[in-house]
Amino acid sequence: MSKKNTRILIVDDEEIIRESLSGWLGKDGYTIGTAPDGLTALKLMEEHPWTILLVDLKMPGIDGLEVLKRVKERWSDTAVLIMTAYATVDTAVNAMKAGAFDYVVKPFDPEEVSLVVEKIVAQQALVRENVILRKALKKEYRFHDLVTKSPALLATLELAKTAARSASTVLVLGESGTGKELLARAIHAESPRNGKPFVAMSCAALTETLLESELFGYEKGAFTGANARREGKFEAASGGTLFLDEIGDISPKLQLDLLRVLEERRVTRVGGTESLAVDVRIIAATNRDLRRAVEEGRFRQDLFYRLNVITITLIPLRDRKEDIPLLVDRLLEQLSSELKRPVERVSPEAMAILLAHTWPGNVRELRNVLERAIVVSEGPVLEARHLGLNLQEGSASGATPEHPASLEEIERQYIGSVLRQSGGNVTQAARILDIDRVTLYAKIRKYGLKRAEDGEFEPATPA
Amino acid sequence: MSEVLLLWFGQKRPAADLLEGVRRSVEREFDRAVRVGLSPERPEDAFDARRGQHSSTRILAWLKDRHEGAHRVLGVTDADLFIPILTFVFGEAQLSGRAAVVSTARLGDTPLIPGEAARIALRLQKEAVHELGHTFGLLHCADARCAMARSPSLRHVDAKSPVLCRACRARTRELSENGDVHEQEEHANPDRR
Repeated sequence: MSKKNTRILIVDDEEIIRESLSGWLGKDGYTIGTAPDGLTALKLMEEHPWTILLVDLKMPGIDGLEVLKRVKERWSDTAVLIMTAYATVDTAVNAMKAGAFDYVVKPFDPEEVSLVVEKIVAQQALVRENVILRKALKKEYRFHDLVTKSPALLATLELAKTAARSASTVLVLGESGTGKELLARAIHAESPRNGKPFVAMSCAALTETLLESELFGYEKGAFTGANARREGKFEAASGGTLFLDEIGDISPKLQLDLLRVLEERRVTRVGGTESLAVDVRIIAATNRDLRRAVEEGRFRQDLFYRLNVITITLIPLRDRKEDIPLLVDRLLEQLSSELKRPVERVSPEAMAILLAHTWPGNVRELRNVLERAIVVSEGPVLEARHLGLNLQEGSASGATPEHPASLEEIERQYIGSVLRQSGGNVTQAARILDIDRVTLYAKIRKYGLKRAEDGEFEPATPA
Repeated sequence: MSEVLLLWFGQKRPAADLLEGVRRSVEREFDRAVRVGLSPERPEDAFDARRGQHSSTRILAWLKDRHEGAHRVLGVTDADLFIPILTFVFGEAQLSGRAAVVSTARLGDTPLIPGEAARIALRLQKEAVHELGHTFGLLHCADARCAMARSPSLRHVDAKSPVLCRACRARTRELSENGDVHEQEEHANPDRR
């Protein structure tokens, strides 16, 4: 969709804000409309739905939250960005609950607003292209080497498939061992860049200088030992995809260098003076909480915005246990061939143990457990004793026979208590909980936490 | 050939080569004669005491009437500028209008730091070409090295050049051939409903 076809409606009762924002965004080439109140905005939506709505929270008559709710009821594809002069946890929670894309505090930082709008536009393009998975789930779904029956992962893979067709940068989030590189390879294989190089690079294991010369290459004589010119990973991936794993581990200097490459699409070899144009799609991955790293000043906000255009989160294996039998079948097939030891299946007792385990190392750990079991076993069936696991090991604790409580109940109570401690400050609470704000909003919504008259957080009573 | 008035109205006197650099860049990019002037007056109502900044929109209204026969006026100041929705702006312009303004306030540290004066001067040239480009009807450009690329931060300013890309240059010519849009008395955003 061209910028001109991206229609942005600004809804604010202050004329000066409407003028200022429409002038600012209009120079990007978007089609801009304005409405002084909620009713006018809804009327304009009736005439011809807008792609994006920027809505002020506090307006006379129908307030921003009501506009958001009504728009989401009728035009679910329209992205709504809530603008507020003063953000509280209640308004933020209510806005997110009602389906806002995000909320921003006025006045905006120029870079932030540019990138937020760019991000909405990119995601809107995906939403439009995406075939919504509402049909009955297939028995088994494959996206190259990724296989699942989990509805959550199914939706993720469908998003990845759509993302593959776009040129946008992708950020893959997930715990170690969840298959972030596999997903990156699948995205590359499904993209128009298939047939061009896929270059993977882990940013964690190398020193800053080594990583810099690996990424950008170097000229002869750039440093001791540089006996010949060498091209970097960016050049090696030219025309294709560069997968940067453990992106959260790179130094501030390299963060800046990477940001420049993303913005200018040019690299300069270490020790060189000439900058070279590169046409590379970046897929970055991390198991760290990048938002928190940004808040703590350890990761550049501008680079985070650049990388966080399309975000795909891979859920841990413990949250998709229905996939374990499927994965076991696939892995046994692969490992039998690699190890040249035919193994047909696992016994029911062994499967029970595999299903009970919490898999902190995710699919990689499952693969290692099965590999070890194949090595120590003799026959075609893997038994419980071959696994090196037991039913207690790694299983979730926190509930005792005297005080039975589900994990969710403990989490709900704990989040409520942290929110009370932080006086309702979501950013601070997210920091204490070591999760990002978006995740915390989702959990607040999930557990129906709301602020009571006395300021305490408590579960919402069902309507 | 229509003329551009380059008007300094800052608190301090500008370094001589600062405005000369802007003049040369504007003349080169838009093929217009540029006259440099120092304004003894200030846009008194532009200062917002609550924010401690100057409203660039009010400055544009003030500049529009100070063209002294020039077809366009580019105000240059050392005042920190804002528009109501943003924390700051490097400059602002009337799209297809008559007036544009740029500020040195956010373009660098004190010019006394070695090399900083030259850096500020180059950034000012880029922003001057950018804002004036808007008065000629140019929108933001996707080429990060073009002067018309959006530059919400100094990094973006540094990433671009003070030169229009081929497409923007062609677009400028095309817009000029279709009649000089600056004759409109009031700026009208064509996309605005």
